[in-house]
Amino acid sequence: MTTATLARSEVLQPSRLTLLLRYLRRNKGLAIGLFILLLLVLFTATGTATKDLNDAYPLSVKTKQPPSLEFPLGTDYFGRDLYVGMVVGLWQTALIGVLAGALGTLIGVVLGFISAYFGGWLDVIIKGICQILTPIPAFLIQVIIAGSLDKRDVTIYTMAFVVVLLAWMGPTLVIRSQVLTMKERQFVSVAKLSGMGDLSIIFSEIMPNLLPFIAAAFVGQVFFAVFSSFNLAVLGLGPLREPLLGNTIWAANQASAFFNNWWWWPMAPAVALVLILGSLALINMGLDELANPRVRRTE
Amino acid sequence: MSIQLVIRRLLFLILVVWAAATITFFIPRISDKNPVRERFAELARLGGFAPADLEKIVAAYNTKFGLDKPLLQQYFDYIFSIARFDLGVSFNKYPKTVMELIMESLPWTITLLLVTTVLSFVLGNLLGAVAAWPRSPQWLRTIATPFILLQGVPPVVMGVLLLFLVGFRLKLAPLGGAYSAGVIPDWSSPAFLWDVVHHQLLPALALLLGTVGGWVLSMRGMGVTIQGEDYVNFAEHKGLGGYTIFKDYYLRNALLPQVTGLALALGGLVTSGIVVESMFGLPGLGQVLNAAIISNDFLVIYGVVLFITIAVATLIVFVEFLYPVLDPRVRHE
Amino acid sequence: MADIFTWSITDATLDGAMKPVLEIVDLQVSYYTDAGRATALDGVSLTLNAEEKLGLVGESGSGKSTMALAMMRMIKPPGRIEGGRVIVDDTDLTALTDEAMLKARLSKIAYIPQGAMNSLNPVLRIGAQMVDAIRAHDPQASNSDIEERCRQALESVDLKRSVSKMYAHELSGGMKQRVCIAISILLKPKVIICDEPTSALDVVTQRQVMETIDHVQKQIGAAVILIGHDMGLMAQFVDKVAVMYAGRLMELSTVREMFTDPSHPYARALISSLPSLDNKGVFQGIPGLAPSLLRLPGGCAFHPRCTHVMEVCKTVRPKYETLPGGRKVACHLYSEKAS
Repeated sequence: MTTATLARSEVLQPSRLTLLLRYLRRNKGLAIGLFILLLLVLFTATGTATKDLNDAYPLSVKTKQPPSLEFPLGTDYFGRDLYVGMVVGLWQTALIGVLAGALGTLIGVVLGFISAYFGGWLDVIIKGICQILTPIPAFLIQVIIAGSLDKRDVTIYTMAFVVVLLAWMGPTLVIRSQVLTMKERQFVSVAKLSGMGDLSIIFSEIMPNLLPFIAAAFVGQVFFAVFSSFNLAVLGLGPLREPLLGNTIWAANQASAFFNNWWWWPMAPAVALVLILGSLALINMGLDELANPRVRRTE
Repeated sequence: MSIQLVIRRLLFLILVVWAAATITFFIPRISDKNPVRERFAELARLGGFAPADLEKIVAAYNTKFGLDKPLLQQYFDYIFSIARFDLGVSFNKYPKTVMELIMESLPWTITLLLVTTVLSFVLGNLLGAVAAWPRSPQWLRTIATPFILLQGVPPVVMGVLLLFLVGFRLKLAPLGGAYSAGVIPDWSSPAFLWDVVHHQLLPALALLLGTVGGWVLSMRGMGVTIQGEDYVNFAEHKGLGGYTIFKDYYLRNALLPQVTGLALALGGLVTSGIVVESMFGLPGLGQVLNAAIISNDFLVIYGVVLFITIAVATLIVFVEFLYPVLDPRVRHE
Repeated sequence: MADIFTWSITDATLDGAMKPVLEIVDLQVSYYTDAGRATALDGVSLTLNAEEKLGLVGESGSGKSTMALAMMRMIKPPGRIEGGRVIVDDTDLTALTDEAMLKARLSKIAYIPQGAMNSLNPVLRIGAQMVDAIRAHDPQASNSDIEERCRQALESVDLKRSVSKMYAHELSGGMKQRVCIAISILLKPKVIICDEPTSALDVVTQRQVMETIDHVQKQIGAAVILIGHDMGLMAQFVDKVAVMYAGRLMELSTVREMFTDPSHPYARALISSLPSLDNKGVFQGIPGLAPSLLRLPGGCAFHPRCTHVMEVCKTVRPKYETLPGGRKVACHLYSEKAS
């Protein structure tokens, strides 16, 4: 009995890089989002390297200058160079976003996991707290907290903290439901039967399957953190001295920038924020397409 | 609809309100600003007088308002008065009660939020559904993308951009306020009504454009999932026309989770509403809250937060009860 | 051939069993993927007479489901019908406008889906889903006419009239499948395609469903194509069996011939792999894997796994020819015997 089989080399496959590039060409959203993010990173990096960062603070340069070669984004009423202000502000916004995002995701993973894996009273309590806290408009609480703090205590780090306080419930519930599904699935029972200890099950079996959800939760948390901190700052509740994007808009509003013809003052941070959130949204959309193949369109 | 379910939901509502009340009670107390003193300081600045016995006056009002009792005592008093729907008085704007302040500013906030939310939901979902539908004309499908991009622009930033383009450059809309400065409100005059509407245009547009993108994106994603469902396929096998399938098999099913989404999004919508109001100087709940925070008028702070929390929580529960009406699978029959 | 049809819903008439009610001529379907072009159907031809039952078997990826979709003209991008004709009752479905094709579905050719679990709209009542199918083809139909059709259809599949007021989630798997069958016969089509109608059901319900299909087929005199890989089911139900492999038809014989003396080596291997009560415990598979549709082997698609492979099989694709006796095979072993 003779059987012939195809030699592996006879089956042609396009290389991985080609497939990736072809995919990016189709998933323009993801490509553009990443590109914008890259531009922003470059902007911050070159700015930090070339400019004096102190110019972002009041009384550094001439006031109320429109955009020019010397001051590409103009200056504000208090004497900040708005270009440098954006450089520093972008970096600070990113910091808040990542800090709060990471913290929120971490809490979510830990609590969600404990709640689902160990079950019982612990689960009831954690789930209950999450469900009760969710309808409370988090922003209002944030506003009150920020408003009650002594102005000097408000820093970037306190803002990140305030934002996280009522943001962790979402990831907790998501991770919890995913772990619950996994608990029922067979590979956990199989692992248990073959004698794996709880800890090894957790790290080698469950975690890898949770990664996509953890990643998604993280992106969501960062978006939320940037959004919330910006909103708080626009109301004047941020660390006022820092050139945070929201702060700049608040200050501009307070000084009636539009009435006074200083249009560049609120516009710079507005455009910057649009770019940040826009790129995050595009990346989110792109990842969405990656995860849900039916959204893909082929030519 | 079982009585059990209704009771459970009501209990949930009460728990949420209690949690909100407790959290909001303790926070402003961290700050050592005393609202009564703030009020007098404000009067002093305006009127130019400096009462020598300021502290004595403050102390007297403190006793009157019960502010000198131990904190825990104040907490319980507060909880009980909430249960009686008594939100207390504003210290800063005495003798106005908290309820009065809320009721005065509520119409502004509600009209703005209601109109923009409904429009945003309807337009956004429709556009998203059409965008995901393979048989839609190409131009409609590409229109969706810029709307999705709008998602990255929060309503308040949208407000700034609109102010710049429409208010500043084109001079087509006013730069803020509820109505033109110096005008005496006369609700029966059409000219005044138009002035008010004119002032609401930019904030409403800001909220609309800032929120619609989210609906387009989520509905488009939902639409793609529903398209792949067996029953949509089978509808095609039956030889049903495109429009029938779109309406009865696709849209009706895709909208279901969006309705849940609406309930969940309410909190965020309120947030955006308040910030936009603040940006445009509209006399809504946002302004009341803002003023209260600055003077640490805590009863007003509690009142506004509680009011909004109750409203949002009630709407969420309402949507939950609405769901069985829309989706036969959820009915307990 | 007119583009606009006025569909009057008449009862099926027996046209004379000699004239084929379904003719598929050289059907060609490809899918254009990121990794290249996959040939899903490579020149498939077959004919079916009224009241005939054909079983279409093959492993996953052989093209049987693609056949069903192509016949209904439901191939979606990145797939395309690249050539060939599908003629049902003298109408070439491939040449119809999109609008005309909509009318042709359900009225000339109907499809019973694989997973009835999810084939019914969850938010519409069963009755509504039957009515909209009728209205789509005949907007002027009177209410009483529609009601009568639905009643008849439900009766044919042994379901009570009260079912039409229910929602899909209130029915069992077997009931849902029978609703799909009822819908498919509403307009008395000439051809019914059953795409693995029983794969998600338990054995008892399977039998019920197959009996129902058998019954309605006789009632309206339609030709049936049963797609699947349950050979036992095939043996009990169909008149002829067609075997597909890698998008090509390998053999088409009567059910008796197929099960007692298959001609094509692949069909032979399939039949001998069926477990039998006589030699328990001995399993005979077919070594090797089905080829990727992106890179079909040269010559005969099956040659890398064939026990009777010859030199000519590697380079020349065997013609699909009729043997004396009526059965059709695509294999070089039989090319001399062909007429």
